[in-house]
Amino acid sequence: MSVNVRIPTILRTYTDGAAEVTAEGKTLAEVIDDLEANHTGIRARLLDDAGKLRRFVNVYVNDDDVRFADGLGTATPDGIGISIIPAVAGGC
Amino acid sequence: MAVQTVAPAADSTTPDLGPAVALSCRECGARTPLGPSFACPECFGPLEIAYELPSGDPEALRKQIESGPTNIWRYAPLLPVPADVASHPGLNPGWTKLVKADNLAAELGITGGLHIKDDSGNPTHSFKDRVVAIAVQAARTFGFTTLSCSSTGNLAGAVGAAAARAGFRSCVFIPHDLEAGKVVMAAVYGGELVAIEGSYDDVNRFCSELIGDPVGEGWGFVNVNLRPYYAEGSKTLAYEICEQLGWRLPDQLVIPVASGSQLTKIDKGLKELIALGLVEDKPYKIFAAQATGCSPVAAAYKAGHDVVRPVKPDTIAKSLAIGNPADGPYVLDIARRTGGAVEDVSDAEVVDSIRLLARTEGIFAETAGGVTVGVLRKLLAKGLLDPAAETVVLNTGDGLKTLDAVAGTGPTATIRPTLASFREAGLA
Repeated sequence: MSVNVRIPTILRTYTDGAAEVTAEGKTLAEVIDDLEANHTGIRARLLDDAGKLRRFVNVYVNDDDVRFADGLGTATPDGIGISIIPAVAGGC
Repeated sequence: MAVQTVAPAADSTTPDLGPAVALSCRECGARTPLGPSFACPECFGPLEIAYELPSGDPEALRKQIESGPTNIWRYAPLLPVPADVASHPGLNPGWTKLVKADNLAAELGITGGLHIKDDSGNPTHSFKDRVVAIAVQAARTFGFTTLSCSSTGNLAGAVGAAAARAGFRSCVFIPHDLEAGKVVMAAVYGGELVAIEGSYDDVNRFCSELIGDPVGEGWGFVNVNLRPYYAEGSKTLAYEICEQLGWRLPDQLVIPVASGSQLTKIDKGLKELIALGLVEDKPYKIFAAQATGCSPVAAAYKAGHDVVRPVKPDTIAKSLAIGNPADGPYVLDIARRTGGAVEDVSDAEVVDSIRLLARTEGIFAETAGGVTVGVLRKLLAKGLLDPAAETVVLNTGDGLKTLDAVAGTGPTATIRPTLASFREAGLA
């Protein structure tokens, strides 16, 4: 269950500058656990102390906002793309 | 289009952005140096400008402002721009009319005074010229050569026009299904206009990813990597309203909400005026207005929630159709703190309110103006807004951009050019 994860600029200090990394996991929660195993510290940037997605983090699995799906329980099938994006962009 | 070269700031390590001293996270308070950053590296929270604002005699500052140009640069001492900002080529927006709306007030039973801040009078006919003007200065300072944005329409036009005047290349992104008037307004300035097959939120996401890609290097996205600067432009609405009232705070304001940035910055501007001693401190209430077809903040407010759950927009008020509003939680905070509210109106009410404003005050608002006037009526009907208090309602754009909303409006009659025909039509 390997997935491709796009990393926003402000998190690339955890991925040695890589804009995209691969990770393992059947759900988004498992993918984040695997990211943490390989890029220590990244989980705390994505999840709050209660283990929930931070309110200014958007995660898209296969172009769908996980808040419209099952959140951290969203399935992450093999080969799928995941994007992590700061939520504070846009609008006025 | 002809593109001039834009020279970077002389020393990009010490940007001259006037009273701006740092970027500060609104969530956790962490500070970072001034630069093209928009999200806190610690918690992803929104970054905003931290200032060292002028201290000293408020009367002297008031006179300095009053002797300034009749555009937003009169407030340069309170904005993240260099002191010589007015000398650079730009659209110089602002100082739009504050219309005393006595006819509308009488129709609605408002006795405390009603004003429409009519920002359709800006160079590209929406309030977006204000925020873009600040972003252009930041782009110049940070050495960007291309201006870009994700837009629901008005911003695309404002960026295209500002880029043309200031000598930047522009490439702007919009959802594919915008009103024709806004598409033409965005395209006519000669920059590149790209329609994305998706909603505004999809466009926004695309732009956020483009910034992290080599393709986006050298690009200043006014509402993404320049967002902390851009957003400050909305403070000028607060400054102008108070100055035009005779350096007074209004009692109540009704403000449209898309991302919520404009509302939060108007509140910030009002608080700054109080802190600087430019207006007398007194309570004011801020009311937020959304279209029911995209009302995630109103839904959260009515449910008593602190968190805004994103929605998929479905409304004719496309300039407010942001389903995942970045500043939504702050809108909730401000409405509750000031004793205001967040309300929404249907598309039918939006159209009816556009007609009401046009009929009573001669102001043709775009759909966002229909939302604020519609919400004003609804708040009055619900007893949430005090008719005896002085109220300011924002119209943020021109009705010529959203003609489809009032489709069906046309001649009272079509007649032959004769008096007989005029009489036959029942018009004499």
